[in-house]
Amino acid sequence: MMETSVDKTSEKLDLWCSGTGIAFAGPQAEQEYGERARRLSDAIQLKTPDRVPIAPLVTFFPALYSGMTMQDVMYDPDKAYAAFKKVAVDFQWDTAMNHINTLSGNMLEALDYKQLRWPGHGVAANRTYQFVEGEYMKADEYDAFLDDPSGFMVRTYLPRICGALAPFQLLPPLTMTVPYYMGITMMMAGVAFTGTVSALESIIKAQAEFMKLAISVGTFNAELQGMGFPIMMGGASQAPFDTIGDSLRGTQGIMLDMYRQPAKLLKALDKLLPTAIQMGVSSSMTSLSPVVFIPLHKGQMGFMSPEQFKTFYWPTLHKLMLALIGEGLVPMPFFEADYTDRLDIIKDIPAGKAIYCFERTDIFKAKEVLGGRVCIKGNVPSSLMCTGTPQQVRQYCKKLIDIVGRGGGLIVDGDIGIPDEAKVENVRAMTDFVKESGVYR
Amino acid sequence: MANDLINLIADLKEQEALTVVRRRLDAGEDPLLILDDSRKALVIVGKRFADCEYFIPDLLYSGEIAREIAELVKPRLARAQDVKRLGKVIIGTVSGDIHDIGKNIVSFMLDVTGFEVYDIGVDQAPQSFIDKIKETGSGIVGLSGFLTFAFDSMKETVAAIKAAGLRDKVKIMIGGGQMNDDIRKYTGADAYGEDAMAGVALARKWTGAK
Repeated sequence: MMETSVDKTSEKLDLWCSGTGIAFAGPQAEQEYGERARRLSDAIQLKTPDRVPIAPLVTFFPALYSGMTMQDVMYDPDKAYAAFKKVAVDFQWDTAMNHINTLSGNMLEALDYKQLRWPGHGVAANRTYQFVEGEYMKADEYDAFLDDPSGFMVRTYLPRICGALAPFQLLPPLTMTVPYYMGITMMMAGVAFTGTVSALESIIKAQAEFMKLAISVGTFNAELQGMGFPIMMGGASQAPFDTIGDSLRGTQGIMLDMYRQPAKLLKALDKLLPTAIQMGVSSSMTSLSPVVFIPLHKGQMGFMSPEQFKTFYWPTLHKLMLALIGEGLVPMPFFEADYTDRLDIIKDIPAGKAIYCFERTDIFKAKEVLGGRVCIKGNVPSSLMCTGTPQQVRQYCKKLIDIVGRGGGLIVDGDIGIPDEAKVENVRAMTDFVKESGVYR
Repeated sequence: MANDLINLIADLKEQEALTVVRRRLDAGEDPLLILDDSRKALVIVGKRFADCEYFIPDLLYSGEIAREIAELVKPRLARAQDVKRLGKVIIGTVSGDIHDIGKNIVSFMLDVTGFEVYDIGVDQAPQSFIDKIKETGSGIVGLSGFLTFAFDSMKETVAAIKAAGLRDKVKIMIGGGQMNDDIRKYTGADAYGEDAMAGVALARKWTGAK
């Protein structure tokens, strides 16, 4: 009897390629879906596909391309739906991107969300949403977080990031619901006297807005898959260091913590790891695609020394990716900025199980170091896409395909996906060139 | 003893450095000498950063130590410290963009290396830059931006400075996430800096400082 080892990644990718459960518009759509998904799947598994796949990430490009404002699509899921569909249909990439990342302006408003400024709410109608950094967890609050992360989130963090949830800060500790039947009575007393009901009403409003977006996205996925476009983005997660650096301590805060309270920072990173894994697994549960997007923010060259990267950043990111791979999922970290001097560290990943998106990393060097190990996605520069000519874009794509695409293992994208303000003729040039010149013979 | 403090700060020994500062203040030493040591230490930090021995967290930490020292010293300071400056630099993040980490680092490095820095903040309209040029007479302007729309914000800012008749009075540098020399050309700026030290080098070149 032959021994067979089950490759969970292959299984999941095969299931994705099969299009199980999709109501296809017709046999041609079904065939195209299969070809596209197989092309991506081959690239991920480092086999040579029929041609280099092109699977760009888009955020507000569809809005501007369709003559809408960013504010339009953030406040009306139907408009976002139409804009994103138009991009999928017009450019015929190997994947369709849905509009979950346009978020819901109404949902954020219902919560009085403080961590973003968005189009029509703090920035102009055609300026992308931007994160408002802060010390949402203070330097001396690590213990409170470590002792009771959920309690800290509900009673301290949420009130700070959402004006509408401020009453939660007056809630008694949630563990007080436990003691005998007094506990539940005490909790209701807390709810009654703290204005918690108004916070809950805001949540009801916000979730209704969220559901409008979620239903729109679900319908989009079904329709676009039925038209022959695989949805590549399955789920999402975050490196624990970024969770603390972005949302809790801020860039400056976490950088100082590396010197002043390294042990607590390391403990908090470990504490967040199971959450990060769970987030990746559960967010991809309803999706056919096993790809889990992990945008990285704070581990790049310059932002910390290679030693600090090895100590604080990489271990929990590495464990997160290995855990996702263990579930048959395909982690897709986006290495923002430049990781050229960290390639030898990040190459420690099982072969053919992940996708690394690069922005300013020397992608040709990356091919040397990572070729045969991990599929590379990227990286037509934003500067070219926004200000260059189609000729320049084609030249860059040629080099990309010739060098990084050699033998497979490349998915073409812009360096940060397609920039919102990309010139349409450049997006067209990139798309056409990859389809014409990316064919493997 | 002076060298001790300089080295302690430059080596990022926060607690030891603060202890030495307290001891020297208690001994009745001129607070200005302590501030001078602190400044010298930051110059060493800047050099180590330029040599890729230090990284941004080291810069931030040294800045934090220097800030703490300044706070300890301030109550004993009879007169303000008068440091000779190499030149003036205006810096700000361009219209629509609220990112400030990169800008703050460049500000810090320019300040440490002896420039008078006018940091006008984030999301600054072209007019704010123009007003500040008129107010300070600064010959150098640094435009910071992280997002792709900042390409156009920068271009508009450079054009506005030109329209205000100030273009030949200032040198303009750009920097930030997506910037490169293609964008430098697109915006009409004079130079692009890859990192904070490149910004300092440009400022030095333009002021003729050694």
